[in-house]
Amino acid sequence: MSEFSVEATDIVRTFSDGEFRALDGVTLQVPTGQVFGLLGPNGSGKTTMVRILSTVLSPTQGKAIVGGYDVVKQPGQVRRVIGLAGQFAAVDENLTGFENLRMVGFLNHMEKSTAIARSRQLLADFGLAEFAHKLTQTYSGGMRRRLDLAAALVADPPILFLDEPTTGLDPQSRQDLWAIIEGLVEGGTTVLLTTQYLEEADRLCKQLVVLDHGKIIAEGTSSQLKSSLGNTVLVLTFSTTVDAQSALGLIAGISPKPANVDGTVIELTVDMGPASAAEALRRIDSADINIAGLQLREPSLDDVFLSLTGHKAEDDVPVVTEKLSRRDRRKAKV
Amino acid sequence: MTTTSTPISTVASHTSIGYAVRDVVTLARRNLLALIRVPTALVFMVIQPVMFVLLFRYIFNALGAFTHGDYVNFLVPGILVQTTIFGAVGTAIGLAEDLQRGLIERFKALPMARMAVLAGRTLADSARNVIVLIIITGVGFLVGFRPHGGFFDYIAACLVMLLFAYCLSWGFAFVGLAAPNSETAQAMTFPLIFPLTFASTVFIPLSELPSWLQGFANNQPVSETTNAVRALMTGTPAGDSIWVSLLWSIGLVAVLAPLAVNQFRKIA
Repeated sequence: MSEFSVEATDIVRTFSDGEFRALDGVTLQVPTGQVFGLLGPNGSGKTTMVRILSTVLSPTQGKAIVGGYDVVKQPGQVRRVIGLAGQFAAVDENLTGFENLRMVGFLNHMEKSTAIARSRQLLADFGLAEFAHKLTQTYSGGMRRRLDLAAALVADPPILFLDEPTTGLDPQSRQDLWAIIEGLVEGGTTVLLTTQYLEEADRLCKQLVVLDHGKIIAEGTSSQLKSSLGNTVLVLTFSTTVDAQSALGLIAGISPKPANVDGTVIELTVDMGPASAAEALRRIDSADINIAGLQLREPSLDDVFLSLTGHKAEDDVPVVTEKLSRRDRRKAKV
Repeated sequence: MTTTSTPISTVASHTSIGYAVRDVVTLARRNLLALIRVPTALVFMVIQPVMFVLLFRYIFNALGAFTHGDYVNFLVPGILVQTTIFGAVGTAIGLAEDLQRGLIERFKALPMARMAVLAGRTLADSARNVIVLIIITGVGFLVGFRPHGGFFDYIAACLVMLLFAYCLSWGFAFVGLAAPNSETAQAMTFPLIFPLTFASTVFIPLSELPSWLQGFANNQPVSETTNAVRALMTGTPAGDSIWVSLLWSIGLVAVLAPLAVNQFRKIA
């Protein structure tokens, strides 16, 4: 087995006749037998990357090898070694869970008996056996996601692409799905997943890249990324922007990273733990500035972005995306 | 990943016509199952032409505008043609919904025949048209429709219009894949379908249309198909309308199918 299941070199993808660059020279290598994460906010190019690697979209430029095959020159071979679970839990609502999986089995050109046996087994594995013959329009969000993942696994592919597998799920369903993904990797499957959640990347991914505006802005292990961020963020809210500005001056120098101010809210990365947070509060309090709100939180994707790019994840969406049609935006989404 | 590469022989058989046919059948069956699971869709498809039959047969006919014999025998073949063409709206909506729900994305990542999604959809819609044709023919008989053309001519008439509707539906497949959502897909089909079916010989003879419309109405494919179907069903001379309709069908599918397939390749 070769070292890398996916090798993408300098992938570029444009939409709207080149007006919008969803991917702008992405190079990545996914080691075989691991979970690899593509982390980024909406519009960063994650979904476009997954669609190119799964032969759904063709790249404008660049080369991608998946399972030893070129996605542009040998798409048929690529499709036989991959499974894709897209962003939308793509199940046919007018079919039962069993019929959905059997259909995918047939379309994978499996023998009828094999497709049926495999469908039954997956439904049982994913806790859907008792709903096997219910229409999927009656399924909950978590059940749909599990069925969607099962559909990607019908042909038992060695490489799996999961596009935001847990977005919109409740915490329990998210935990369940994480356990399933971990089980698959133990069985030797290579997984490339996209996510907006640092927590998810942290839990599942051995290695990850961070995408922003179609470019990789950071890569490494989850702990490498987090250690470059500081541990905790202190969030202070003031009654007026004047108070916020005065407080900003007072707390300068407490953290090596500059505090971020947004109207009446200040966010300060407190690397040194509680002591530096206490120091910040002491300084503000002794200047008689009234603190309206106070919160400590763990670093989020927003903080990764703030730290890496100087802008918030949801800010600074290029104007051109606003002009795109709904379809284009959906295509360009993440 | 050499251990997972598929042996050459399997690769060859995967691309064979046998598998392509199986893919088309799998997807056509999936679309027809939806027809059984959501019977309201079929009911709505039938209600509209039934309303048309009743409206034109009893209300408009009362105006006395039709002076060319028994209007019901003129009307029902036209309504049948109109109904099969309206079936193509379902093609557009169905594909737009598949796209919206991410099913097209899933299909595109599977090692199946590329054209199976479109062929499965259009063929299932043709099968649905057969059911609708049978029902509307029954309703026609109830309100006095008496075709004099004979059984096999009736079947031939049905085949002519089913073929025409099938070929035209590839254009609506393109619309479904190009629209941002199913609502827009539906809205986009009407400006295409209304001029073709109303500025035609579906409801009234060419000579009764306003003179400025006659040029268009006389030279467009729905009129030709309607004339062919009506002639076959009522046992009157068809002239060259059957051949002209068949040529239109071939011409349309030759242009529209590549358009739809190209759109399928482009989208995700």
